[in-house]
Amino acid sequence: MNTIKDKVAIIGMGCTKFGELWDKSVDDLIIDATFEACEDAGIGLKEIQAAWLGTVFSGHTALSLSSPLKLQYIPVTRVENMCATGTEALRGAAYAVAAGACDIALAVGVEKLKDTGWTGVQPTSVIGRSTMGTNGTEIQLSPPAMFSELAFRYFEKCKVDIDEGRKLLAEIAVKNHHHGSMNPKAHYQNELTVEQVLNAPIVAWPLSMLDCCGVSDGAAAAIVTRTDLAKNFRADPIYIKSLTNVVGPYRDLITGGYDFAHVEENVRASKVAYAEAGIKNPRGELSVAEVHDCFTIHEMVIYEDLGWTRSVREDIEAGTFTLKGELPVNTDGGLKCFGHPLGASGLRMQYEVYKQLQGKGGSRQVKNPRLGLTHNLGGQLWGGIACISITGNSLG
Amino acid sequence: MIGITSMGIYVPAYRLNREEISRAWRTKSLGGERTVARFDEDSLTMAVAATLDCIKYGPHRPDGLFFASTTSPYKEKQAAAIIAASVDLSEDTRTADFTDSLRSGTIALSSAMDAVKSGSANNIVVVASDCRMGTGKSQFEQQFGDGAVAISLGNSEVIASIEGSYSLFSEFLDTWRLEGNAFVQSWEERFVVTEGYLNTMERIISGVMEKYRVAPSEFAKVVFYGPDNRSHANLARRLGFNLGTQVQDLIFQSIGNTGTATLPMMLVAALKEAKPNDKILVANYADGGDAFILKVTEKIGKFQEKMKEGDRKQIYISYERYLSWRDLVPSEDPRRPDSKPPSVTCMWRERKSVLAFYGNRCKQCGTVQYPPQRICAHCQGKDNFEAYRLSDKKGRIFTYAADYLTSSKDSPALIGVVDFEGGGRAMCEITECEPSEIKLGMSVEMCFRKLGQRGGVQNYFWKARPAT
Repeated sequence: MNTIKDKVAIIGMGCTKFGELWDKSVDDLIIDATFEACEDAGIGLKEIQAAWLGTVFSGHTALSLSSPLKLQYIPVTRVENMCATGTEALRGAAYAVAAGACDIALAVGVEKLKDTGWTGVQPTSVIGRSTMGTNGTEIQLSPPAMFSELAFRYFEKCKVDIDEGRKLLAEIAVKNHHHGSMNPKAHYQNELTVEQVLNAPIVAWPLSMLDCCGVSDGAAAAIVTRTDLAKNFRADPIYIKSLTNVVGPYRDLITGGYDFAHVEENVRASKVAYAEAGIKNPRGELSVAEVHDCFTIHEMVIYEDLGWTRSVREDIEAGTFTLKGELPVNTDGGLKCFGHPLGASGLRMQYEVYKQLQGKGGSRQVKNPRLGLTHNLGGQLWGGIACISITGNSLG
Repeated sequence: MIGITSMGIYVPAYRLNREEISRAWRTKSLGGERTVARFDEDSLTMAVAATLDCIKYGPHRPDGLFFASTTSPYKEKQAAAIIAASVDLSEDTRTADFTDSLRSGTIALSSAMDAVKSGSANNIVVVASDCRMGTGKSQFEQQFGDGAVAISLGNSEVIASIEGSYSLFSEFLDTWRLEGNAFVQSWEERFVVTEGYLNTMERIISGVMEKYRVAPSEFAKVVFYGPDNRSHANLARRLGFNLGTQVQDLIFQSIGNTGTATLPMMLVAALKEAKPNDKILVANYADGGDAFILKVTEKIGKFQEKMKEGDRKQIYISYERYLSWRDLVPSEDPRRPDSKPPSVTCMWRERKSVLAFYGNRCKQCGTVQYPPQRICAHCQGKDNFEAYRLSDKKGRIFTYAADYLTSSKDSPALIGVVDFEGGGRAMCEITECEPSEIKLGMSVEMCFRKLGQRGGVQNYFWKARPAT
């Protein structure tokens, strides 16, 4: 099968500060992220030949992108894949370039959650049906409550009791906040202690408020082009090795059998992505990873789903996934510190990996960067959309 | 022979001690306790529970379902049809609502008796259910209880035959509720009891005894309505019944006055203790009265065995929780998006999976699935399914969530992933369960509950609760 490996390069990226941006509109965020990306790539708006917008709640149709940027009669597409929306926008742009449909494409992800007045984000109906009308029986399960369902069975699988399990989760929150404390673009830049996480109010047992990511506004953007053109724009383009999207049949709640101790789409997407990128030993070969830590329990499960550990407990205790560890994870602070403006998150992760691979990670820079991974999961545990990108700073 | 073929009773698990009400208001407690329907219950959901038991114990599949209540969830729209669909009766079932009068339960029984007698129906379930409210601090608030009872009438396998009946009406304004009012009101008690209750009931009970030439001493049991223990005892003395041996107790101490369900519930209690050939006099009151003479048959013994099931748990609640459940105090919801009202077309299309909780089973690989699918989630076979009912299956909690973020009157909302015996899995709300009780592997059963009212539509669905 033909692959996208090394056919497309990212030549510019932008990312707004994430947070409670009361004085910024959706349009402001789109404009700020896009202009940073264009400046980074050294191009003007007029050079963009096609564009993709990823947003879940903060816009409809391509007009939500063409209107603020005043794009001039070029093809524009809006995509939506829940929490994987940002990566989906990048996929659209990258595959169009790979197909030869255009040479320079823009991908923008945006979400403005703080205009709703809500705590957390709107749940998609559990049954996952039309938003136009349902039979009224859909369960209003909040996102933390859905992910809390993983905890009981995953702790059981890891042979840790609830108290030990909660401590391991707290270590993940502490790690991500430590990374976020060094990142001026993060929403939360404070350090946390294990005790603070354990003693915060319970949102969905065993998850406390500090096991949950924040609710933020933000946008991020990427400019992609053909690999053979990339060096015309910059000396250090970042090459796409894989852009994987794996969607489940929504089977596991309908028929039973699902163990609530892993996410099948995560496992399968990582296998596809590693194969496409030619990675045999992800833990050894990846330099940095940005994963979907919407709740600490998900990051914990991801370590195993993505094939990085045989003992989550030992690796968390050994600091394997900290900045100085063997495989630094969520070096920018993750969703935990950036919050999760759904459409923006995938591209925000890509922004961190892009900067790390260029050696521009500042105080958070990982050693000898070569390959980086981003991972999103949209939808539900028992029927999800897993998107993984693998990018590198050299060809081959 | 026409008579009772089966019965089922439903009382909510929740109890409000009358001392607890009197504590809040600094009034005198009437003693004992009353039942309280949870906020996800109403007269319709309680009726479904009682009807399911009545069908389970009974010998026949009903071909009629009559619902009696003064608190039907819809003012315009039949509740009996919703109940019939939820208990999975066939479309050719005759349904009717009997409303407005507190005597609706026995009025419905009379109509069912006539229908069976005329041959137009073979077995009709009459289900009476009420969930009435008295204003805060009122006697009614203490007296009322919530509950439902179903009694089926048929022409074979009868456990108690109807030997005679008698009715009269009386235009008398004692207790009433106007359209749009949530609370029952009444006239001054002395007039209501002496002129209304005692005189009318004396006429109805002596009327039926005269009509069928039966003396008071011939009855093994007399079951008659009473607004309170004292008036009930007064009437028994006036009519010459022996209070100690003949008169069926009111259900006031442990349940309360359950409106249209009160008298049928007392009748069920009497039949649970009855012996073959017992004569039972039954008399109901409101806007006049209905009386019946019943004769217990040989089949009663076997039926009493079937009805012996473990007692359901009782959960005592505070008065504040009661106020919150009944929306009597404005309270704040979490800051979460409002749910969209259900689409009526969608509810209709999926009525079998929503109301009767049907999934389907793949004929090729046997996999049970909920909600029903067209392409098998296991083998991808297309349109090769048989309907598969899940509402009557027990299950176990595989995992769960205790969600503090959703709008629920009891926070946290408990959501369970239920694996059903015989296959199938569904995510359900868990009711009648305190957060500290829930465990992986816990055994649950399904119950029909109200999800709420959205967009003016009453929204019902099945929930799981700890198995009895």
